[in-house]
Amino acid sequence: MHNFSLNIKHIGLLVLASMPLLAAAETPEEKGLAIAIEVDKRDTGWQDQTATLEMVLRNRHGQESKRNIRTKTLEVDGDGDKALSIFDSPRDIKGTAFLSYTHALVPDEQWLYLPALKRVKRISSNNKSGPFMGSEFSFEDLSSQEVEKYSYKYLRTEKIDGREAFVVERKPAYKYSGYTRLVTWVDTEMYQPLKIEFYDRKKALLKTLTYSGYQQYEGQFWRSTNMSVVNHLTKKSTDLHWKDYRFKTGLTDRDFDRNSLKRAR
Amino acid sequence: MLARTSLLIFSATLFCFPAFSYAGEWSGYVSGEFRAFANSPADARQHDNNLSFSAQPEYYTDWDNGKQSFTVVPFVRWDENDNERSHADIRELTWLKAADDWELRAGIRKVFWGVTESQHLVDIINQTDLVEATDGEEKLGQPMINLALIRDWGTLDLFVLPGFRERTFPGEKGRLRFSPRIDTDQAMYESGDKGQHIDYAARWAHYLGDWDIGLSYFNGTSRDPRFIPGSDNKGQDVFIPFYDLIEQWGLDLQATLGDWLWKFEAINRSGQGKSYTALTTGFEYTVVGIAGSSADLGMISEILYDERGDEALTPFADDILLAGRLTLNDEQSTEFLLGMIFDSDDAARLLSLESSRRLGANWKITLEGQAFINITNTELLSGVRRDSYLQLELARYF
Repeated sequence: MHNFSLNIKHIGLLVLASMPLLAAAETPEEKGLAIAIEVDKRDTGWQDQTATLEMVLRNRHGQESKRNIRTKTLEVDGDGDKALSIFDSPRDIKGTAFLSYTHALVPDEQWLYLPALKRVKRISSNNKSGPFMGSEFSFEDLSSQEVEKYSYKYLRTEKIDGREAFVVERKPAYKYSGYTRLVTWVDTEMYQPLKIEFYDRKKALLKTLTYSGYQQYEGQFWRSTNMSVVNHLTKKSTDLHWKDYRFKTGLTDRDFDRNSLKRAR
Repeated sequence: MLARTSLLIFSATLFCFPAFSYAGEWSGYVSGEFRAFANSPADARQHDNNLSFSAQPEYYTDWDNGKQSFTVVPFVRWDENDNERSHADIRELTWLKAADDWELRAGIRKVFWGVTESQHLVDIINQTDLVEATDGEEKLGQPMINLALIRDWGTLDLFVLPGFRERTFPGEKGRLRFSPRIDTDQAMYESGDKGQHIDYAARWAHYLGDWDIGLSYFNGTSRDPRFIPGSDNKGQDVFIPFYDLIEQWGLDLQATLGDWLWKFEAINRSGQGKSYTALTTGFEYTVVGIAGSSADLGMISEILYDERGDEALTPFADDILLAGRLTLNDEQSTEFLLGMIFDSDDAARLLSLESSRRLGANWKITLEGQAFINITNTELLSGVRRDSYLQLELARYF
């Protein structure tokens, strides 16, 4: 499934992207898109990925609650990834599993498995802006970032925490996004985000997400160990601690179907 | 017979269990529940308020790179007043083998089919554990061998179901029961094999874009009995459950179109009186992020129809459900579901509330209730006309 075939859309974008890289006079929009395509290109070919995730939710008084989740992701050429999340805690939702087939512009397909009822429920994916598990992350923050999901504008290059970063503005191209724009600091060496500012529908700064503890896997793929998001309106925050990243474990489409949901562990 | 069948499947399961298996994991819950009734009982033998405790541990282990697994889920409940509600069951005792294009399961299991909320017409594999909950959502474990064929054209599940489980009913002291009570000790069967009749079932399920579809067939002992008037050993009036042999076709469909979920379930059953059709259809529309908050509000409406009308064994012959589901999407996963079923022939109403919230990391509190409004003496639900209740449950998960 995960061979080297690129679909037409990808080839078109790559051609578009490589030309402005060579050209001297590129517009901010062209440069922004070129950076996004390079981010996408450098993170292509991992085939599949598994990881465990500890989510720490903190309210404005600093009280914490935790969730433990295992994730499996399958890279899909020319489309969004397939992802399966399995909840280990809180214990009352242990065994609950969430399957999504993400797409760039058409709505994602999502199913939820409720272990107490043994019920697989197809759910609406219009809740992209809704909170994921009561956290400050929304579904769209955690779904796969396809190039076609945004329009881009390069703003400037600047140093952030000692690292050189492209500052790129993105505007969601898909319906139901909770944001009007996102400003992203992309590391000029890793081509991975260091920080994202999210602006809500009223165009006010809603959240800031920072990435830290990047490590390289398979000699190519960078993954952050910690992601921390702060909501400036509610003063709540959520930290994600990622562990046990594994790549190319041999997962197939079969590990991401409705049958696999029922036996997800 | 059930015990024997279960034992057989259990032994078979043990054979498949490797001697060098990994240490498994335990999870589950213990729970305490208090029910308060609005009125004194209709029958002097019945109780007033009621206390009950239940526990459901779960053991799971897998091997063969997760391709094989073994799960055991026993369940036990103690009830202050109702001997029939104090009961134990094996909800699950299953060996699973998953391969590339098939999955085989042997043992005791629970299977759910369908899409609607108000009732589950298509869902027929498991017997309802009616003493657990009046909404019929709780099920008894069913012995089975289940082969799933997973192909490009969908999933085909084939079932052999040895060992029938009789429906549980509240005892004479129990509330929320029929009047006169159901005497399960005298249960009768159409089949000469009684509870040993082997049932068969199959289901094809697939999804195409926005559509999820399931087509099912069942041939065997009806999970819902007819009731025959009789008397118990004390000479008191009772209903005796009679289990017919039936054949049932089922279709379930869901279209997921933006904020709208359109749902449809229909069955055609023969072998239980005249052959008949019943259906449930409707929608759930969700308003995401109401009033700028992170809460979602779902509005649900379903039509419940049964061709048999007043002759139906279900109280839902020609009814309408209107319900609202409020999901706060907060850290404690707070949820409310308030619904009312309207009988379109008369003034009978069934109001129900389900709400829950997590407390800390491991506790969950649930408030449930049902109100039976304008129920007349002639209706199937007449036994519960004085049984409107509120129930508070506190569960500790581990």
